[in-house]
Amino acid sequence: MIAGYNTISMGTGRKEFSPKKPRPDLEDYFKEAGQGVLKQIGGAQNVDEAVIGNFIGARFNRQGNMAGFVPYIDEGLRYKPATRVEGACGTGALALVSGIKSVLAETADVVLVLGIEVQNTVKAIYGADILAAAGWAKERKEGHAYFFPGKFSDRSKAYAAQFDKEKTRSAMAKWFENAIDNARTCPTAQEYHNTTKDLIACGMNAPNPKGFVDSLNIFDCSKVSDGASAIAVVSEEGLKRCGFAKKDAIEIIGFGQAEEDITKPPVDPTVLSTTKEAVRQALASAGITKDQIGTVECHDCFTIAGIMATEAIGFAEHGKGTDFVLAGNTARNGKVPFNTTGGLIGWGHPTGATGVHQAVTIWEQLTNKAGDSQITIHPDRPYGLSINMGGDDKTLVSIVYKKAE
Amino acid sequence: MNYTEKLQNVTVLGAAGKMGSGILLLTALEMADLSLKPENKGKLFILNAMDTSSDGLKGLMKYLKTQVLKAAEKKVIALRQVYHDRADLIDNSEIIDQYVEDVLFIVRPTTNIEAAYESNVIFEAIKEDPALKVKIFNQINQNNKKSPWFCTNTSSIPISLLDTDANLDGRVLGVHFYNPPAVQKLVEIIQTKATNPELVEFVNMLSKNLRKVLVPSNDFAGFIGNGHFMRDALHGINEVEKLATNHSFAESVYMINRITQDFLIRPMGIFQLIDYVGIDVCQYIMSVMNPYLPDENLHSNLLDQMLALNVRGGQNSDGSQKDGFLQYEKGRVSAIYDINKKSYVPIADIQAACDEKLGVLPASYQPWKAVVGNKNKEEVFKTYFNELKTHDSFGAEIARNYARRSKEIGIKLVLDNVAYNENDVNTVLLTGFFHAYGPINDYL
Repeated sequence: MIAGYNTISMGTGRKEFSPKKPRPDLEDYFKEAGQGVLKQIGGAQNVDEAVIGNFIGARFNRQGNMAGFVPYIDEGLRYKPATRVEGACGTGALALVSGIKSVLAETADVVLVLGIEVQNTVKAIYGADILAAAGWAKERKEGHAYFFPGKFSDRSKAYAAQFDKEKTRSAMAKWFENAIDNARTCPTAQEYHNTTKDLIACGMNAPNPKGFVDSLNIFDCSKVSDGASAIAVVSEEGLKRCGFAKKDAIEIIGFGQAEEDITKPPVDPTVLSTTKEAVRQALASAGITKDQIGTVECHDCFTIAGIMATEAIGFAEHGKGTDFVLAGNTARNGKVPFNTTGGLIGWGHPTGATGVHQAVTIWEQLTNKAGDSQITIHPDRPYGLSINMGGDDKTLVSIVYKKAE
Repeated sequence: MNYTEKLQNVTVLGAAGKMGSGILLLTALEMADLSLKPENKGKLFILNAMDTSSDGLKGLMKYLKTQVLKAAEKKVIALRQVYHDRADLIDNSEIIDQYVEDVLFIVRPTTNIEAAYESNVIFEAIKEDPALKVKIFNQINQNNKKSPWFCTNTSSIPISLLDTDANLDGRVLGVHFYNPPAVQKLVEIIQTKATNPELVEFVNMLSKNLRKVLVPSNDFAGFIGNGHFMRDALHGINEVEKLATNHSFAESVYMINRITQDFLIRPMGIFQLIDYVGIDVCQYIMSVMNPYLPDENLHSNLLDQMLALNVRGGQNSDGSQKDGFLQYEKGRVSAIYDINKKSYVPIADIQAACDEKLGVLPASYQPWKAVVGNKNKEEVFKTYFNELKTHDSFGAEIARNYARRSKEIGIKLVLDNVAYNENDVNTVLLTGFFHAYGPINDYL
C-alpha cells in the first residue's frame, strides 16, 4: 500500500464546522482524497481500477451509484473499472480487501481505494435512523432511538455487570482520554481543536438514559463525520510503475475476513466474537503472534468496543481489557499504541471511510510519515494491525501490515 | 377536579401574541401527551387558538409546527414508547412526524371568541388592559355553561379586580409565564382569597408537568417580577438622567446599559431588557401598577418621550429585536438612540471614551455566560463583589449603588407582602430573568 491521503474529518469539534453553514459535499471529498493519492502515484494513468467504499450515501446524500464518481476525480480514470462496496461501518476495509484481492488475482497492479461518507446532512436523531441500517431492519422497531449506541450500551451494561462497574467506567474514560490525546496530534482529526483540560472527568460522566442511552455517555461515542480517505493498493510491479521506493510503502502480510449472521443477537454481549475470529485469521494468515504487533487501529465506535477489542486480539483476558487500558498499554506511549490519530472517537468516523483511514494511519506510522502523531515502531514489534467492523460485530476485516523491505 | 377532563377543551386567548403562542405551545404539548395515553384513547381534545388577527394565526401555526418538531426531536426516546403499539411507525423520523401531526390536530385556530364558550379552561394572554380583559371574561363567562376556569397571564393587574369586575366567583388565577414561555422556567402564581382551590391544584399539576418553577405571589399590582423589574428599570432611567447632565444622552444610556450588563454580570443591560420587553409595554405596566402605589411614583417621562418619538422596542413576529433605546444588527447592539438628536449614534463613536470613563472591570470579572452555569458561582460572585466593593472606578461606584438598589427593591417586595419571602424574590430573578444571582444577597 502506498500514497495514503485523509481529508479532514468534518463535524462537531472542528472550529470550521457549523451545521448552518455550507460545507464540503461528496463531490469535494471524492476529488480531494482521490487527487490526494493520484498526485503521489504519478497520475490517473497509473491506476488499473478503483474501489469505492460508501455505506449509505443513498440516504444521507440521496446518492447511489457511487462508482460513477471515479471518473469525476480525474478524467484519466474514465472507462476504467470501478466498483462500490458496502458493509456498514466495515465498508472501508471491504474496499481494501476488494483491492487486495484484485492485486492477488493479478487482474490489477494499482488499485485506487477510496472510502467516503458525508453524514452531517441530517440531525443526529435522524442520522440514527439511517445508521440503524447497519443492523437488522426487523430489530429497528424494538431498538433504541439511538439504535447503535443502544446496542453498545447493552454490551457495556452486560460487561459492567459481569465484571467491575466502576473499573469499566474508568477504563472507558481512559479510552476517551487516549483518543483525544491522539487526535490533538493530527491536524485532520475532528477533535484536533479539543482543549478540554480534564478529559477523564468528561469520560466519567454518568450516563443519562432519559436523554440518551443507559450505559454510555456522549464521550463514549464516535463522531458523526464527513470525510474521505484513500490509498493505493499495489503489486510490486505497480509500486515501480508509480515510482515509489519500498521504504515508502507498507506490505500486506495477511488479512482475515469474517461475517456473522445479522439476524442473531451476540452469543455473549461481553465478547466481540467475530472480531476475535477475524483477528485470528489475520494473524494466522500473516504467520505472526499478537506480541509482534507494534500498533493497532481498532474500531472504537464506542469506548467499550475499544476495550473489548484488546481482549479480542488477545492482549488481555476476557474481563481484563479494562486493566490493560487503565495500565496505559494502549496510550500513545504505551506498550501497543492504539488508534494513534484518535480512532473513531478522536479522529472521527465517516463510516464508509473509516477502514481506509485506519490503513492510511498505519501506512503513515510504519513509513515514518505521521508527523506529530508519529510513534516509535520497535524492531521487535514491526507489524501494524487494523480491525474494521460493520454493524454490531457482524462484518469484520482485520489486516496485518509491515513496512515493505 | 379531573385534570384530564379539564384539559379536553381549552382556549388560549391572544394565541398569536408573544406570550399566547408560547402558552399555546406548552398547552398543546401537554394535551397531546394526555391524548396519547392508552386510557384516553378515543377521547377528543380541543385547543382553540383564538386571536383577532388571521395573519397572526397563520404565523402561529408555522411557529407551532417548528416548535413541536423541536420538542418531538428532543423527546423521541419517550415517544418511541408512546407509539410502541404502532407497527407502522419504525424510524425516529416517522414517530416524530406522527407526534407533530397529533399535536397540530388538537389545535383549532380561530378568530371567533365563541370557540371559548365550550371550553373548560381559558388561558388569557391578550393586551394588558384591565377593561378589555374584564369585558372578554365577562362575555365568555355569561355564554359558557361549564363555569370555566380563567388563567390570566397578566403581569400587573390585580387578580381580585378581574374576579370581581367580571363576576367570576373565584374562578380566576394569575398564571404569569415569562417570555418566552416555552423557555423560561418561571411561572408566577397569583391567587386571591376567593380563588377556587381546585383551580390552583389544576395549575400546579399543569405547571409541574410542564417542568416549570412555580413562585407564589400575593395579589398586588406588578407581582414580584414586574415589581422588581419596573423599579429596577426606573433606577436605570434615573441614573441616565443624572449622567446626562455631563454626558450626551447616548453616552449615558451606553454607560448604564454596560454597567448593568458587565459590572453587575447580568444577561443583558437594563436598556436592552426594556427594549426586549418593549418600551410601550414597560410604560403601560407602570401605568397599571402606579395607581396601587400611593407612596411612590412609578412613572417615567423618558419612556413617554421615547414613545412620542415612536421609538418603541419590542420584537418582530419572527422574534428579532426592534430598535428601541438601542439599535440592533443581527441581534447585536450597534448604536444608541440619542433623544436630543432624535437619531441613533453608532456605538463605535462613543464606546472607547465611555469605557475609559467607566474604568476597567474588577480582575476576577467573568461574563454572565461564563458564570451562569458554574456550580461554584456563589464563590465566584463573593470574590467578584468583594473586589467591586473597593474598586476605584466610575463604573464600579454606579454598579454598587445599582446592586444595593436592586436589593432594596427585593426586600421591599417582601416587606410589602408582595412576595412571601426573600427566596421567592431571588427565584423570580433567577428563573424569570435569567440572572445568575438573586438581588437579595450579602455580596456587598
